[in-house]
Amino acid sequence: MWTFTLSILKKFLLLEIFKGLILTLKYFFKKKVTINYPYEKGPISSRFRGEHALRRYPNGEERCIACKLCEAICPAQAIKIEAEARSDGSRRTTRYDIDMTKCIYCGFCAEACPVDAIVEGPNFEFATETREELFYDKEKLLSNGDRWEEQINAAQKLDAPYR
Amino acid sequence: MNFIDNLGLTIFGTSEIAIAIVILLKIIAITLPLLISVAYLTYAERRVIGLIQLRKGPNVVGPFGLFQPFADALKLMSKETILPTGANKFLFLLAPMITFVLALIAWAVIPFDENNVLSDINVGILYLFAVSSLAVYGIIIAGWASNSRYAFLGALRSAAQMVSYEVSIGLIIISVLLCVGSLNLTDIVMAQKDIWFAIPLLPMFIMFFISTLAETNRAPFDLPEGESELVAGYFVEYSSMSFALFFLGEYANMILMSAITVTLFLGGWLPPFDIFPLNEIPNFLWFVIKVCFILFIFLWVRATTPRYRYDQLMRLGWKIFLPFSLLWVVLTSGFLVLFDLLPQNM
Repeated sequence: MWTFTLSILKKFLLLEIFKGLILTLKYFFKKKVTINYPYEKGPISSRFRGEHALRRYPNGEERCIACKLCEAICPAQAIKIEAEARSDGSRRTTRYDIDMTKCIYCGFCAEACPVDAIVEGPNFEFATETREELFYDKEKLLSNGDRWEEQINAAQKLDAPYR
Repeated sequence: MNFIDNLGLTIFGTSEIAIAIVILLKIIAITLPLLISVAYLTYAERRVIGLIQLRKGPNVVGPFGLFQPFADALKLMSKETILPTGANKFLFLLAPMITFVLALIAWAVIPFDENNVLSDINVGILYLFAVSSLAVYGIIIAGWASNSRYAFLGALRSAAQMVSYEVSIGLIIISVLLCVGSLNLTDIVMAQKDIWFAIPLLPMFIMFFISTLAETNRAPFDLPEGESELVAGYFVEYSSMSFALFFLGEYANMILMSAITVTLFLGGWLPPFDIFPLNEIPNFLWFVIKVCFILFIFLWVRATTPRYRYDQLMRLGWKIFLPFSLLWVVLTSGFLVLFDLLPQNM
């Protein structure tokens, strides 16, 4: 009988509701955990798989030898390569396209590459206003490589002991 | 208000047209700040709920994100108004207007200060009650005219909910009126000169607040909207400015209900104690402070409570609030008669 009265009293005094309100009020004054994204950025792993890049050797020669292993392994079939012998007789790509709208960022292309030419860099802010801009060609990928080489190199060194 | 009165008198004289112009100016003087505060209420809601959820809320557009409401308004205006093929076009466009207009016209009788009210009618509280009951029409028409199941279900829920809680709101108002002896809102505030009704009628105050939550379709009683079940309830089919009108109407209703709560229970424009530092603050400011406080509780409750189940909502309305408020009317009147405290100003 006593517990019954007590529970009725509890309900009528809205005790539980007030407890909840006090709890949320405490949270109202707590320190916030938000990162102000465009101004502050969270840390990313050295293994982060972002926008693709085609790398060059330090002497400026492009690494890709058009073995087409990346094209073969790509599960989304986003990569398209055409190759020909260059004037000096070395095998090079004439066309290296990645359809970024198909890509699933699995990183298999980078894993498959025998010369570390195609890599996924740390950049994830490459949103565009049109779909066409996301159909990357060789030129775009090489310029990406030049732009991000420093970070890509640092990330690869960090990851080297585990390879 | 008085300032506008004097201004009108000096510029336009006392002809009938002059009176009409003065009234029009007064309406603008009430509506414009109201609309701006509605815009900032949406901002405050996002900020407060964000802070409670350990987020920051909008803080990028302008200092502290203060221009966010204007950015939102511009975005809404630039969107396309979609008229569903199956919808009744006339009613579909009429519904948001009804909701919005009804949320605004109620402000005609809310006193901001002594003698500072657009229309000091002696049935003010009845007028408010009538207007807030009419608000359900906007919602029902929206739900019906959309010709969509979600919208219709939302409208039905809303109608049932608002009708149920209006009953207990009516009884709660009766117990306040018993202590005042007048339906005029200014008289109601003046009767609280000695003690705010929130203190002797505390249970009624809390019940009235909970009922206003249900009346304005706010969490935990936001079943008509129920984002997770009805996507947005009665205004699923609305877009662009017609949606904006609903949105503004809903938030204007929140402010209105807070103003009514303040007028009925928290002593309107009166300072809490009539002592030096407190009574120096302008009365109008006291009114605003109290309304803001109630609005903060609205947002606070929304961030705290989960949504009620529909049968729980109905049980609370009909089986708890209704008998309890009825009992309280009897208790109040008995108490007043017993101690001979009935208001004598009739």
